[in-house]
Amino acid sequence: MTDAVAIDTGADTRKWGKYLYVSSVVLLCAWVIVPIYFLMINTLSSPETVSSFPKPFFPEFDLGSLKFFAGFAGMLTALKNSVLVAGMTMIMSILIGAPAGYALSRFEFRGKGTFRLLILLTRAFPLPLLALPLAVLFIRTGLDDTAFGLALVHTTLALPFAVLITFSLFSGIPIELEEAAWTLGCNRLTAFTKVVLPLILPGITASAIFAFVISWNEVFAAAVLTIENRTLTAFLLQNLDTSPLHLKFAGGFILVVPALIFIFVVRKYLFAMWGIANR
Amino acid sequence: MNARILPYVLILPVTLFLCLFFLYPFILVAQQAFSTGSGFTLDNFRDVTSHWKFPISMKNTLLLAAAVVPIQLALALLMATMVSRMEKGRDLVLYIWTIPLGISDLAAGLIWLAIFEQSGFLNTMMSGLGVVDKPVNLLSYQHPGIVFLAIALAEIWRATAIMLVILVAGIGLIPKEYYEAAEVFGASPWKRFLRITLPMLRPSLQTALVLRVILAFEIFAVVAALGGTLFPVLMGETYAYQFDLLNGGAAAAIALIILAISIGFTLLILRLLRVPKGASI
Repeated sequence: MTDAVAIDTGADTRKWGKYLYVSSVVLLCAWVIVPIYFLMINTLSSPETVSSFPKPFFPEFDLGSLKFFAGFAGMLTALKNSVLVAGMTMIMSILIGAPAGYALSRFEFRGKGTFRLLILLTRAFPLPLLALPLAVLFIRTGLDDTAFGLALVHTTLALPFAVLITFSLFSGIPIELEEAAWTLGCNRLTAFTKVVLPLILPGITASAIFAFVISWNEVFAAAVLTIENRTLTAFLLQNLDTSPLHLKFAGGFILVVPALIFIFVVRKYLFAMWGIANR
Repeated sequence: MNARILPYVLILPVTLFLCLFFLYPFILVAQQAFSTGSGFTLDNFRDVTSHWKFPISMKNTLLLAAAVVPIQLALALLMATMVSRMEKGRDLVLYIWTIPLGISDLAAGLIWLAIFEQSGFLNTMMSGLGVVDKPVNLLSYQHPGIVFLAIALAEIWRATAIMLVILVAGIGLIPKEYYEAAEVFGASPWKRFLRITLPMLRPSLQTALVLRVILAFEIFAVVAALGGTLFPVLMGETYAYQFDLLNGGAAAAIALIILAISIGFTLLILRLLRVPKGASI
């Protein structure tokens, strides 16, 4: 799909067009990277440098800000809570979502269209708002201020994506492979575990990571539903007014790092999921 | 298990989960919004809408969406077309452009805070160029325009990627033959974009716009990090009612208002970019 545009005339215009094209690509890459680089400079500078003026344009590789971050009361617990909630969200959304993705890709059944539409519609909904009534409900059931309660809400956020991604993944595996396994003596379950599962595992991992990121990044529901057991985003948000700059920036950087890694790992699958979801 | 029941068994967990944590809270939030303890009432809505901050936060939220979403759409379209004709380095460029997809709104707010705060990089650059003598507190009530600009830039920076991904996937689905045919007939790249890419991309544009507009109304953490109380938005008011004022009914009422706006705009977009029968969102 990346055929070069071949126009024989106007070699000069073409050359300029190419320059323009390349420089816009570079410019847009810089637009994404430079702000992150600035945050990195601040994170890897001593607290004094962070609030000094003018700013250096290179990091001084001082771990003072990060040490302060790690030593700040409650911060490491918040980090631990974030990982815990995101981990639970990841597991729940795959366990609940993947069977539905499989059903959508393999079976024709009544109500399939409606089901898919409903899944898509939940995405068109300001879901974090639902944390408000759940706050009350959770107090009654003893789930308030627990990592599990928050993970339930985050799973609601991640589920539509999990269903759609696994649907597109399963659709990519020909049913003939499964049928061949059935003729060779497998039943539905063993055919699934022996043939489909190994093929699908990388994709499942990717969608699990996606669920992790959704939970890791979520601010509103986390801030509403936790008080003592704050996640990192909720903790940072709560302390925005009072915390010094270097704490904010170090916290922001810790939030960004997993994102960089995760997007790199799942980059191949980002497009497949939306491609199918479009049709 | 036979093949007639199996699919229903497989979708049962999702259905139950969404009923419990999506439909039920939705009913609860409506209940909470329409009651103050004794029966049906509109008091919560009256309270909320008569508060002096409400019109401002409504205006801010809508203005921000109106400023940000069209720019993001144009930028995402530009980036998607650029990527689609790229030969070398496509994967790397796409990775870089989709990085913000994984970055939370709070982190994005903090990233742009590093640029706009008083001892930040923008001030450093400006004083280096001699535009200002000493660092200016850009994010203060004296510069409402700059606060707006900072928030808008952070939003554009962060959330263009989600549209880009949807549009790149959509462009990948357009048959290459159409472009080849157009080229044979001598259509310029711009013509091809207008006559093939845009119309064929309609389903993706629909998805991208719906998702983006809804997220735009949910804007919260970016504003909290950059503007604080200088720039009230609806979602921030919801949070304030729930937490600072401990008024769950009012928070629920604003939540319902945000929901109503979101649904209204979703329907509008679906209607404007109607896809011919046979395709869904």
